[in-house]
Amino acid sequence: MYVAVKGGETAIAHSLELLADRRRGSRDLAELTLDQIDQQLALAVDRVMTEGSCYDRSLAALAIKQARGDLIEAIFLLRAYRTTLPRFGHSEPIDTSRMVAERRISSTFKDVPGGQVLGPTFDYTHRLLDFSLAANGERPAAPTAPVDATRDLPRVGDILEREGMLEPPPANVGGPTQDITRDPLTLPAERPVRLQNLARGDEGFLLALGYSTQRGYGNNHPFVGEIRFGAVPVSFVPEELGFPIEIAEIDVTECDMVNQFAGSHDVPPQFTRGYGLAFGHAERKAMAMALVDRALRAEELSEAVTSPAQDEEFVLAHSDNVEASGFVQHLKLPHYVDFQSELVIVRTLRAEVEARRQQTALDQAAE
Amino acid sequence: MPDTISSNDPSDGAYNYAYLDEQTKRMIRRAILKAVAVPGYQVPFGGREMPLPYGWGTGGIQVTAAIIGRDDTLKVIDQGADDTTNAVSIRRFFARVADVATTTRTEEATVIQTRHRVPETPLKDGQILVFQVPIPEPLRMLEPRETETRTLHALSEYGVMQVSLYESIARHGRIAKTYNYPVLVNGRYIMSPSPIPKFDNPKLDRNPALQLYGAGREKRIYAVPPHTPVKSLDFDDHPFEIERWTECCALCGSTQSFLDEMIVDDAGKRRFICSDTDYCQERQEEQRR
Repeated sequence: MYVAVKGGETAIAHSLELLADRRRGSRDLAELTLDQIDQQLALAVDRVMTEGSCYDRSLAALAIKQARGDLIEAIFLLRAYRTTLPRFGHSEPIDTSRMVAERRISSTFKDVPGGQVLGPTFDYTHRLLDFSLAANGERPAAPTAPVDATRDLPRVGDILEREGMLEPPPANVGGPTQDITRDPLTLPAERPVRLQNLARGDEGFLLALGYSTQRGYGNNHPFVGEIRFGAVPVSFVPEELGFPIEIAEIDVTECDMVNQFAGSHDVPPQFTRGYGLAFGHAERKAMAMALVDRALRAEELSEAVTSPAQDEEFVLAHSDNVEASGFVQHLKLPHYVDFQSELVIVRTLRAEVEARRQQTALDQAAE
Repeated sequence: MPDTISSNDPSDGAYNYAYLDEQTKRMIRRAILKAVAVPGYQVPFGGREMPLPYGWGTGGIQVTAAIIGRDDTLKVIDQGADDTTNAVSIRRFFARVADVATTTRTEEATVIQTRHRVPETPLKDGQILVFQVPIPEPLRMLEPRETETRTLHALSEYGVMQVSLYESIARHGRIAKTYNYPVLVNGRYIMSPSPIPKFDNPKLDRNPALQLYGAGREKRIYAVPPHTPVKSLDFDDHPFEIERWTECCALCGSTQSFLDEMIVDDAGKRRFICSDTDYCQERQEEQRR
């Protein structure tokens, strides 16, 4: 009996072997390749890169394969690798007006300079299972219009901003921004820190919080100013050179949410912004992030903080799924010492109650 | 030049000695020094993602990784036992990435990483006890906001904790808190001793070993330097007391140690044995001699 409650080194070793075996599944089937995951489960790769805070499609694909498709586990794997990488600097801020957009929509204007581009989206699919996919049918390549990569794509927000209808984006204050993967989170947090936290925050958590603002828990009347998805260049200034060079191109999804703001005594009514950005194609994540970003600006905009989505400590402390998953699942670890202490005190308290009851019964009998 | 570690596993060469890079270790050591200088004060630190999950000892692991060297002998316990799965896993991790000698003997260890217990064998000068801490803030369940609790600590405004203990007495006739029992360190900061049973609290007081507490998910480190007074909170008319058993250990007969209860048959028959496996085995060996 004593041995049964203790785990041994052998048990762990066997468990690891079993896990690797189950990961492989039936040997009658071909093994998944990382390229297949990258190409055919692309949105899973995007999510793992976003919440893993590491833009590397093949590493994310490897993590998904190793985690048997458990995306939060894959995010954890990627982050644990990322944290060991040396830092050799910070890139320049990406400029999304230079995006070669594969998709770009605005719900605030019927037409916008640069046009509405639907691109690949689930939005207008009828959610009917496509049984031809089960039969391994090959697809012909889809026709696409030629893309003019030389022209900048102005942001819808910039147009509103010129009129003074929309608040300008926060000025670049210069200097390095705090890095939440290197420095502990301190509260109250600045908006750049909050946005970092939301960018790697759990999509499901942000989705629920964003949704709650729409149902009246901190409503701020959002409109999608613009969502765009496509490739942007990443530039870096090497110390030896002193000028920026392009080192990569990455796919990002950006959401600029436009929200009502009643104005105050000194400020005339104008629209305010919530911002969302994610690696790859991740509109649900970017939109939820933008809603929560705007909700968290309540204090800055002199709105009453009444709802969970507006509560900075609540949101920032619970958004991280790697932290949450670990702490929830640590309940699987043995707690029998603490439980023993509880058993001792509960037995003592029960004995005292029982003694009191008997005493009362005796007293009553005596009367 | 950071020295890397090579072992039979070729992939391990990719990581620095004791897993963390030297810059990170330096940052953690600074936090530890500050924690030692201000006993019981929670120092924020840039906690890293570790290859083990949050809530499974990442704070303790980072502290151990920052202080361990090749001359050290490491002991890892969970619930007092060296052979519980998570203790085995953490000990294997350090044997692999830090090339360090491991032991189950409390006396032989220079660094002891623990979850939920303080060893029964008294610790000595020069030993370091590293606690894994889930929630470093002792006031957290009374006040969920970090901004508030930091202010309460700064002002030594601890009335809320005394009231909660008083409420327990009013309801149960005694302080019914059994583990993670709050302590006052060096007469200044109220500190969470981590979820050790209150049975272990007296061992924290004026202990000759250095106590380091690491909370990975919450990114806090705190410390109790050797020989520092640590007082368990109580009232004059309700003094602090520890758990007692009417039974003794079924294996070594100890009446002085913390006992785990096991149910040994379908009828619910119970048996008690020491939670500290090393202490229990030492006593059994002594009795055989």
